[in-house]
Amino acid sequence: MDSHQLTALVVGDDRMLRIIHGKMLNSVGVKNQVVQNGKEAIHLHLSAQTFDLILIDMDMPIMNGIQAIKELRSLGICSIIVGVSARCMESHIQEFMEARLDDYFEKPLNIAKLTSFIHKI
Amino acid sequence: MDGMVPLQKQLLDYTASLFQEGYLDDQFNQLQELQDESNPDFVVEVVTLFFEDADRLLNELSKALVQESIDFRRLDAHVHQLKGSSSSIGAQRVQRVCISFRNCCQEQNIEGCLKSLQQVKHEYSLVKTKLETLFKMEEEVVAGRG
Repeated sequence: MDSHQLTALVVGDDRMLRIIHGKMLNSVGVKNQVVQNGKEAIHLHLSAQTFDLILIDMDMPIMNGIQAIKELRSLGICSIIVGVSARCMESHIQEFMEARLDDYFEKPLNIAKLTSFIHKI
Repeated sequence: MDGMVPLQKQLLDYTASLFQEGYLDDQFNQLQELQDESNPDFVVEVVTLFFEDADRLLNELSKALVQESIDFRRLDAHVHQLKGSSSSIGAQRVQRVCISFRNCCQEQNIEGCLKSLQQVKHEYSLVKTKLETLFKMEEEVVAGRG
């Protein structure tokens, strides 16, 4: 799939990371939208918007990444979901995978990792 | 025209020194790579957000540590945020002090937390000054070209 056709949703409560990840996605030709938390991400999907890729911060307060992903999957959302987290111990990774994440990256993301991932989609 | 070369060299040398001395890591390079003609002030904008976040969080941390009953979970949450922000712009030394600060929060070590707060304030002050100097030098180079 050509990267210029891809769309992405960036979900995160940290405004710096939202800006940085949004810009990184732009730089690899992925059109993207940005929301501040899991509830807004779910709301977008309930209003029939879909995305090829969802890049979600796993460490959000209120509704964390795992809760948001479980809810999105229960809505039948089949987008590729990639988590970004400061915590990448074995136990956390297992928890992410059980929530049906497709992949995860340690924060902060870098352009090389993102480019490599996008090219695999 | 000749005056530009020394300025540019100064800027390059100064930038290199920030990496050599550990103030910045590769994440700062990532931000610079993302800067382009459509967003020529991207790095300054993101770093300014970092300064705002850090000022707020350090204020919260200072207030939290003078409470009669210290809420270590809340303290840890603030330090976690500061660690995240600093790593997002590549402020390596600040990030490292935040890691040891978090350990003190998790151990509920008040003395350790107080010491860590002083260290993180010190490192933040240093990197802030150095980044502000860097941006000023960049402005002077651009002005020199114009």
